[in-house]
Amino acid sequence: MDTTCKPAIDFEASLGPNPDEPVYGGLSRRQLLKFCAGIAATMGLSAAAGVRMAEAATSAARPPVIWLHGQECTGCTETLLRSYHPTLEAILLDVISLDYHDTLCVGAGQQALDYKHAMMEKNKGKYVLVTEGGTPMKDGGIYCKVGGKTQVELVREAAEGAAAIIAIGSCAAWGGIQSADPNPTGAVGTHEVIPGKLVINIPGCPASPYNFLSTVLYLLTFGRPPELDQQNRPKFAYGRLIHENCERRPHFDAGRFALEFGDEGHRQGFCLYKIGCKGPETYANCPSIGFGDVGFGSWPVGTGHPCFGCTEKETGFRKPLHSLATVKTLTPPTAFPQVDAVKGQGLSTGAAAAVGVVGGLVVGAGAMLLKQMNDGKKSSADETKERA
Amino acid sequence: MSTAAPLRRKLFTPMTLVLVALVLIGLYFLALRFIYGMGAVTNMNQGYPLGIWVVIDVIIGTAFGCGGFAMALLVYIFNRGQYHPLIRPALLGGLFGYTLGGFAVIFDLGRYWHFYNLLLPWHANPNSAIFEVALCVMAYVVVLWIEFSPAFLERFGLIGIKRVLDRWMWLFAALGVLLPTMHQSSLGSMALVMTYKLSPLWLTLWLPALFVTSALTMGYAVVMFEATVVSHSFKLPSEFALLSKMSTVVGWITVGWLALRFYDLYDRNVLALAMDGSLRASLFWVENGLAAFAALVFIFPAGRASQRLSFLGAVAVLASGALYRLDTYLIGYDPVSNWSYFPSLSELMVTIGVISLEILLYLIFITTLPVLHGKAVHR
Amino acid sequence: MTEVDRRSFLRGAGFATAVAAVPCEASAGIARPPKEMPAQAVGMLYDSTLCIGCKACVAACKAANDMPADTIPQTLAGWNEYTWDSAEDLSGRTLNVIKVYRNGTAEQKDREVDGFAFVKRHCLHCVDPSCVSVCPVSAMRKDPVTGIVTYDPDACIGCRYCVYGCPFGVPQYDFSSAFGKIAKCQFCSHLQKQGKIPACCDVCPTGASLFGPVKELEQEIERRHSAVPGTPYEFPRGKIGAGRPPNAASIPTYVKAVYGEHEAGGAQVRYLAGVPFAKLGLPTLGRASPAQITEGMQHTIYRWMIAPLLAFLGFAFLARRNMTREHTDDAPQS
Repeated sequence: MDTTCKPAIDFEASLGPNPDEPVYGGLSRRQLLKFCAGIAATMGLSAAAGVRMAEAATSAARPPVIWLHGQECTGCTETLLRSYHPTLEAILLDVISLDYHDTLCVGAGQQALDYKHAMMEKNKGKYVLVTEGGTPMKDGGIYCKVGGKTQVELVREAAEGAAAIIAIGSCAAWGGIQSADPNPTGAVGTHEVIPGKLVINIPGCPASPYNFLSTVLYLLTFGRPPELDQQNRPKFAYGRLIHENCERRPHFDAGRFALEFGDEGHRQGFCLYKIGCKGPETYANCPSIGFGDVGFGSWPVGTGHPCFGCTEKETGFRKPLHSLATVKTLTPPTAFPQVDAVKGQGLSTGAAAAVGVVGGLVVGAGAMLLKQMNDGKKSSADETKERA
Repeated sequence: MSTAAPLRRKLFTPMTLVLVALVLIGLYFLALRFIYGMGAVTNMNQGYPLGIWVVIDVIIGTAFGCGGFAMALLVYIFNRGQYHPLIRPALLGGLFGYTLGGFAVIFDLGRYWHFYNLLLPWHANPNSAIFEVALCVMAYVVVLWIEFSPAFLERFGLIGIKRVLDRWMWLFAALGVLLPTMHQSSLGSMALVMTYKLSPLWLTLWLPALFVTSALTMGYAVVMFEATVVSHSFKLPSEFALLSKMSTVVGWITVGWLALRFYDLYDRNVLALAMDGSLRASLFWVENGLAAFAALVFIFPAGRASQRLSFLGAVAVLASGALYRLDTYLIGYDPVSNWSYFPSLSELMVTIGVISLEILLYLIFITTLPVLHGKAVHR
Repeated sequence: MTEVDRRSFLRGAGFATAVAAVPCEASAGIARPPKEMPAQAVGMLYDSTLCIGCKACVAACKAANDMPADTIPQTLAGWNEYTWDSAEDLSGRTLNVIKVYRNGTAEQKDREVDGFAFVKRHCLHCVDPSCVSVCPVSAMRKDPVTGIVTYDPDACIGCRYCVYGCPFGVPQYDFSSAFGKIAKCQFCSHLQKQGKIPACCDVCPTGASLFGPVKELEQEIERRHSAVPGTPYEFPRGKIGAGRPPNAASIPTYVKAVYGEHEAGGAQVRYLAGVPFAKLGLPTLGRASPAQITEGMQHTIYRWMIAPLLAFLGFAFLARRNMTREHTDDAPQS
């Protein structure tokens, strides 16, 4: 986790003179700061980092964002729009300058495309490119075209002048649903289209809006991506298995499984491993943050359906929904009896003392007795007895 | 032959009081065992289900009680009548060794209230060595009390009954030799079930033979030991002449025991285990060394003639036999998975209490009943 | 006082030696023949490579047999509550336990070096059980049809000889109770009577614990061993051949041996693993059951009670003659 948020921040001062006045497209300064503090917490950063994020998000020098769509369902965008605390369109459209978004832009047709090119030219080398959706590579990429150009060309073109590239959603991260067997269009993730460039992957179907937003704010604030894993996914969100954070884990540990949808175990909220939950082999933070801002348990397992591993290329849209997951436990927990544990109670001080005392008495009495004996010489009484 | 008579001594001495105190402490912990279970009082565990209550109080205790067996064999079977004066004290030792050994079995049993199942034919399992030991010991305790009863009958003047008993005593004498042979050898067979858990230094098909032979030598040794201690403690004329003559037998039987043991170890190629410097190896040499020392003392006339050496030889036989049994059942034993065991203080106090009770009852009986021989008794 | 009678001495010595000599002569062939497995024996196949260490079987066994939570194990001394899975070993309250083997960094499952593996410990329901042989009151019995070894607490006297004798260290006495019983897996025979299967096999999510007739399990073992590692395989779950949805996975690299086939006379529970069985704490045993040796010894010495009878007759004859002779002497008896 990033630990560079050392400078002392004056929180009162950062609130400004009129904290409750709606200035950012309906958001007040206070609301924005609260929001950014929450984002910082999600990433495991301090509140001071949240303030810096708020400043970066509202500074005049904030970079624009160009957002492309490929083979996708627009679910990732939709899920961003479904957030309520605050409403994200305010954040995105007014706070972060979302200069071009295939779906959300007001214009349409050639006008929209011309605007996009103009923005890309004007901010060359400075904008953040976000890709949503897969890119078909087969047959020259003709299976996805926007404005007469293939998605391959569009992605490569946009990547030229991008300062940072984020692939949101599993489709952009590794190909998503269209890449499922037999992958007729040759759909791949963004990073395979532009090898050699760093693409931050935020997989998920949909990706969690907060994972995306946190990454963007981090980027804006610190000028570099957060700590990434080997698949370039931010570790704060994809560093742990769902199995390790799942609220139903105690049921797994206790052997309480739902065997069918609607059975007694299912109604009781038992573990869904036996009906195919891929939580044990999927890296994501869904149990912790949920979706849709409707409270605890707002994620698939929480609602009673097994996780299908949407973030993982080998799992989501690959493994059958109800087949058993491979349990990718890390090393077994320490609270496991070992085959060679040493057990039983040994010598206690009391016991040693008792044995010592008894032993001493026996030896002492024996020595006394031996002293009394005449060695070899028989007493006269004995000799008399023998003759009798 | 002089008649036996009660010993003239005070019943309540400091020694008696100490013994009573130890018995009471033992009974206290025993009460805890019955209220809270064995785990509260002992260190017996999953790996060591049999602890010192079985190994010391029962197995070693009954071996110490083989005086009656040894003397009956010598006097009634081999017709060495000159050892007659030693019979009653030997039977007395046997009486308590076995009766209290039986008592120890009961309090060591986890479900003692089902004890009678051993006698019910639809539960009995003759395949089990422990079944044979249980029935045989039960029968032998009865035989011992019958063999010893003349002392009671004399004391209470029931001469008529005594005469009837005398006519049939040969039957009980024969049983008194047969039964210990059977169960002392089965106490050895019991260890055979630990086929894969017992060190090869002790696991052998000769176990029954080794155990019964060892028990026999311990029977003679305990008679020698008790006779010596009693005559010296109460300033009675020593029986050393008799004991000395008897000890040749002990010497040669011990030689036979050692020869069988080492031949078997050599035959099975396991002697190397005794050389590895471990605790087990050291104890192996101690138990055999003690037996060898005793054998040497009793084979050679010079040893037999020396009171000190003879006493030490008797003690060595007893120590060797006790250690042999401890090694077979506890020290040479390897539990499956890593368990360790050493008796707890409360566990030890119960055993010490049982032994104290044996000594206490012995003292009471020789003081109140005609057990000991010798003109000096009447002094 | 009679003279030393060498002849009677030798005669007596001869008898005594004869009694002790019987086992000597028979020592070479003293073990009785091994027992055979019943034709309809049921058993269990535990595949350590499938086991994920979830301990559902430990919890299910406790529930099915009304066993309380176990005492705090010493090795987990930081805990201060009873939890369902705090058992560190079989005990008076735990009939089934999962243990872990770890080596080095323990990174890879079913690898011997720097790896880890799980093992399930409980009664193996031996073909020739030592516990049945040594129990003095027949509290341990082997069912002649299914081969399940059951325990009858109403017969048991608590002598713990079965604990001592089991080569696998299975039966446990409950030392924590004043009225303790022996605790041992009984293959959920109470559930089998109702047509159900043992709780551990029923709940196992991956099919690591598989119930079924031993013959069918042996065929399953053969299939798994002869398949090439890496090939997809459908591992049955619950009871073999009962039609539950299988666990679709792939064949791992097995140790090419089966534990429980010959150990101590063979057992109805068999183990497959990806690491050597000794590493999992399963004791290395020979092919003979201890029962063959102990019963062989008892039967040899006490066959038809001939030896004791002869010895008794000899002792009685001598005792009677010697003691009657003493009666005719004028020395008073004592």
